[in-house]
Amino acid sequence: MSSAEKVAPVTGGFWQDTGRTGIKSWIFSTDHKRIGLLYLYSVLGFFLVGAVLGLLLRIELMAPGRTIVGPETYNALFTVHGVVMIFLFIIPGIPASFGNLIMPIQIGARDVSFPRLNLLSWWLYAIGALIVLTSLFTGGGAPDTGWTFYVPFSARTGTNVSLAVFGVFVLGFSSILTGINFVTTIHRLRAEGMNWGRLPLFVWSLYATAWVQILATPIIAITLVMVIAERTLGVGLFDPGRGGDPIMFQHLFWIYSHPAVYIMILPAMGVISDIIPVFSRKPIFGYKMIAVSSVAIAAAGSLVWGHHMYTSGMSDTAVMIFSFLTFIVAIPSAIKVFNWVSTLYKGSISLEAPMLFALSFILLFSIGGLSGLILGAAATDIHVHDTHFVVGHFHYVMFGGTAFAFFAAAHYWLPKFYGRRYQERPALVAWFLMFVGFNVLYFTMQVLGMQGMPRRYYDYLPEFERLNLVATIGSWILAAGLILMVVNLWRGLLRGEPFVGNPWGGATLEWSIPTPPPTENFEEEPIVTHGPYDFKGTGIP
Amino acid sequence: MSHPEHKDNLGAKLGMWLFLFTELLLFGGLFILYAVYLARYPKEFGAAGSELNVTHGAVNTVVLLTSSLFAAMAVTAVKRGQKRATIALLSGTLGCAAIFLVIKYVEWSAKIAHGIFPGSPKLIAGPPGESVFFGLYYLTTGLHGIHVVIGAALLTWIAAKVKTGSLHAGDNVTLENGTLYWHLVDLVWIFIFPLYYLIL
Repeated sequence: MSSAEKVAPVTGGFWQDTGRTGIKSWIFSTDHKRIGLLYLYSVLGFFLVGAVLGLLLRIELMAPGRTIVGPETYNALFTVHGVVMIFLFIIPGIPASFGNLIMPIQIGARDVSFPRLNLLSWWLYAIGALIVLTSLFTGGGAPDTGWTFYVPFSARTGTNVSLAVFGVFVLGFSSILTGINFVTTIHRLRAEGMNWGRLPLFVWSLYATAWVQILATPIIAITLVMVIAERTLGVGLFDPGRGGDPIMFQHLFWIYSHPAVYIMILPAMGVISDIIPVFSRKPIFGYKMIAVSSVAIAAAGSLVWGHHMYTSGMSDTAVMIFSFLTFIVAIPSAIKVFNWVSTLYKGSISLEAPMLFALSFILLFSIGGLSGLILGAAATDIHVHDTHFVVGHFHYVMFGGTAFAFFAAAHYWLPKFYGRRYQERPALVAWFLMFVGFNVLYFTMQVLGMQGMPRRYYDYLPEFERLNLVATIGSWILAAGLILMVVNLWRGLLRGEPFVGNPWGGATLEWSIPTPPPTENFEEEPIVTHGPYDFKGTGIP
Repeated sequence: MSHPEHKDNLGAKLGMWLFLFTELLLFGGLFILYAVYLARYPKEFGAAGSELNVTHGAVNTVVLLTSSLFAAMAVTAVKRGQKRATIALLSGTLGCAAIFLVIKYVEWSAKIAHGIFPGSPKLIAGPPGESVFFGLYYLTTGLHGIHVVIGAALLTWIAAKVKTGSLHAGDNVTLENGTLYWHLVDLVWIFIFPLYYLIL
């Protein structure tokens, strides 16, 4: 903040009146807004770390053979890229940052149910992150197993898997505590008149997410404990030579890690459901169906983990059941997409930065979702399993979906907390570069996968050379857009034009309170009399 | 700006119950493996299970059930404002926890002395199903033992709060939540005991 204070200080609201000063007013604060910002900077920092690792991976794959690193380093790079992006960025990403910032205000509460537990969550996140980072530079060096930590390799490799796995265990604890806090908060602290039919859809999506965090995360916790026991005690639960079964590891791992995909995407869908109606000047179409579909995705998504294992050795019956259930998940996802598009229909659309990110979310998520069905069908999955098609697919959903929604949320909500805004034109240019770069990078990957290029391979055949070069160039365009976006946000929030009142014209509660929000959010407990997208009832033209 | 603090006891209990779900699922992972491997190695599980000491297991079951009874009585006592009785009952729970851990220690020591522990040469040389059985046995009872220690630490902290008077009849949700956790520790054992000691 120091350089900003010289230009014009961010004043008022929760930026002031805390008992503590300096860094202590942040890392020991139990204010949900401060914790939300702590999370925001932490996850954004790790996102940039992960992005740099991703760029290095792309440079290595730019040409066949050795380009910048050796094969061992390459293995470590894709492992650490995955671990950082998944456990340190996307899973805590939207729920812990924007969820903490926005959710209590949107339901008319002063804070979450357990503010101290909330702070503990962040501390556990920080400690877990520190442990993961330590594992890169100590012991046998950075883990080289891939983020999935598959046995038997993870039980035998000499790299520092135990410490990294322990770090992820601690991060899981943090995620569980956030989930417990959010479910309790949404049940207990809604303001008068804020019934379940008036909850903003972002809150609905966080509610569904929190349940997945609570119910799925313990499974990865016990699985990681078993990996550590396997490595340190030689228990042999996954060792075929001793009666164990490595496939059981894959089942336990995916029982968490597939639902975890919905921990990543559901809050993003919530963000989009909040932004689209505001920038279409129209109430959301199909509120109830969007709300219910969040819960339906969480429920159905918990039963489809086997689709990661079609080639691992399961019975044909199991493959068919998991394939069927996977297709079921597409239904509530499609319901959301159709409802967003219906909201746009005949709306008065204003193409500002948050809306552009939201619209590209719909397109990119749809491409990612539909390519997911190609992987969900056993017959086609056999051909593209473990190829770059899979890599392209989940980047469409995770980056094109969740990360684009994260950026949409940043452009939409952060000015509310800083009282200043970014410049619109650079934001649009940044969005354009990112959108183009993204598609050049990941669509090319899907084509490469269709042609048979495997994932996680250090080297490839000469016929893949041209498209790999194209993908790498795409990654540079994407990175350029990303840098421009971060710089524009950073400069704008610290010394941009003032942002007061309700310039977007939102009808949810956060737009009814002063900017920046006061420490206690509401002067007096609000009484809610209208729905979250009832623009007329709120008196918004 | 300060607002009157109103404690949301129902919210605190809801949060605790959600946490207990996560604990159940944590052990659930181990019980799933138990089910799968039992189906695969019924004979070996039978042979290995018969080596466990049913007396030790049964005594520990009674000890833990008694400890839970004391914990439940402590909740009633604190609600009636009986401070000394609350502390005495919580001490009873802690005493039972100590007995449980001592018996567990004796049991594990005997097994280890016979060369039965994860990765031991005897298990590696034996049939694979028995190695898996004892691997699960040590992981499950070990994890449960850690929970006994955590629960005991939690109840000690709560007893100290009762003693200083910060936890009393008018504000006792922490005690209730602490005993809920203790009941979970008890409950998990109620499943471990028959699965490992009795039905095989």
